[in-house]
Amino acid sequence: MSVVQTIAAQRGTERNGKRTTKLRTEGLTMVFKGDGADVRVLEDIHLEVSEGEFVCVLGPSGCGKSTLLNIAAGFLPPTHGQVWIDGEAVHGPDPRRIFVFQERGVFPWLTVEGNIGFGLFKLSKADRAGRIAHYIKLVGLQGFEQSYPQELSGGMKQRLEVARALAVNPDMLFLDEPFGALDSITRLIMRRELLRIWEAERKTIMFVTHDIEEAVQLADRVVVMSARPAKIQRIVEIDIPHPRDISSNRYLDLRDGIFEQIGLAHKV
Amino acid sequence: MNFPIRLRPVFFVVVLLALWDVAARRQSSHILPGPLAVLAGIAELAQRGLLLKYIVASLFRVTWGFAMATVLAIPTGLALGSHRRVEMALNPMIQIFRPISPLAWIPISILWFGVGDLAAIFLIFLASFLPLTVTAINAVKSIEQIYLRAGRNFGLDQVQLLYRVLYPAVAPQLIIGLRITLGIAWLVVVAAEMIAVNSGLGFLIVDARNAGNRYDLVVAGMVMIGVIGLLLDIGMRSLERIRSMRWGYSED
Repeated sequence: MSVVQTIAAQRGTERNGKRTTKLRTEGLTMVFKGDGADVRVLEDIHLEVSEGEFVCVLGPSGCGKSTLLNIAAGFLPPTHGQVWIDGEAVHGPDPRRIFVFQERGVFPWLTVEGNIGFGLFKLSKADRAGRIAHYIKLVGLQGFEQSYPQELSGGMKQRLEVARALAVNPDMLFLDEPFGALDSITRLIMRRELLRIWEAERKTIMFVTHDIEEAVQLADRVVVMSARPAKIQRIVEIDIPHPRDISSNRYLDLRDGIFEQIGLAHKV
Repeated sequence: MNFPIRLRPVFFVVVLLALWDVAARRQSSHILPGPLAVLAGIAELAQRGLLLKYIVASLFRVTWGFAMATVLAIPTGLALGSHRRVEMALNPMIQIFRPISPLAWIPISILWFGVGDLAAIFLIFLASFLPLTVTAINAVKSIEQIYLRAGRNFGLDQVQLLYRVLYPAVAPQLIIGLRITLGIAWLVVVAAEMIAVNSGLGFLIVDARNAGNRYDLVVAGMVMIGVIGLLLDIGMRSLERIRSMRWGYSED
């Protein structure tokens, strides 16, 4: 198994040889100390993400992909291994890379404006107002500046959280199943929105999902994880330009390949 | 009858007053007053200048005791709630002190502070301190970790995290705790005044009975206690309507 991983990691490195490496994990292993039995969640994860790349981490629920994201963002120290971002070892969260939770992460005691301006406390008042207005427009929340999150729909809250993250101009975003709680129509719209924003701002994105279609629609590369303890099973390059035709043969091939990899026949 | 909904409580009170009046007239001893006699009692107290004086005396004690408890209990509770080990160490003591009625402290508070305002204020303080501390502890413990993480992610230091995330996140629960505790404090002041001081609405009730069975004044005192308690609660409740707090109350 580890040979396959190493090959996958090497392939990634070769491919990324021309581009700058943004994030690199080295032998990442995570063990949670439980009552009695220790739970191995991550097993020896080697992963590289290039500058400006959109990477989806795909795996079954509870496999530890969220743990991987939390370690990469600096919220959890790994049991073994190290995360490097821009060549620096990660030891904690940093405003240069923002973690987007499901829409529950917006602050309910702040208005839309207050939420977007939350991380902008170092800016002057005028700069802050300009930034807030720009991102309200970018995510289409005009007219709701003074609304509180409880007055917004799930999709609007999610867009608000993305806007709050983008407003501090991070160079990397971590998204943890951000659209998981949305209905399927809103989810499709949000994917398109995220791609539009990503194309405009070119942040490096690490996106965790358990939805195969979502991963293949969004990512440059899909990192397929195994069940717990999670290892990298395979890294699939999605070489279809955006906007992607989701009925094209290439899309269906890649998608079905991943379905097979995970051990599912794509039949209901 | 098709009464507008808002008038229904008024209608109910009028019916109750009428029943009270009839019952008071039909009793043989005439010791218990009817509503009109109570109204006359309130007027008499107002005329003698006692009504305002006693109300102010009671509110003065509640304000000081409650305010001191709030200022000390909330930071204490927030600190305990965010340090599990300290909380575990202190929790048994809190749980032993909590079931002791503040009224059980009356003899000791008179011993320490004598008969007077200080003894009463001390009792209010005792009655408010632990409930508020426990409220604050629970509020911190139930805070969504996601908010603290997001705060740290945006580069907040410990102090900023405290007043930009922790405090607003617990505020709605604190307000509920303050409201309930103020109700307790108001209950306790009346009892404390019956023993530890010689002014205030509690004193009025005991004094009116001792000085010639003036039950019209006893009930007048009770009515005033009820009305002021209601007003205090309405005042605290209005805090729950602040827009940035409303998320914390399950209206939707």
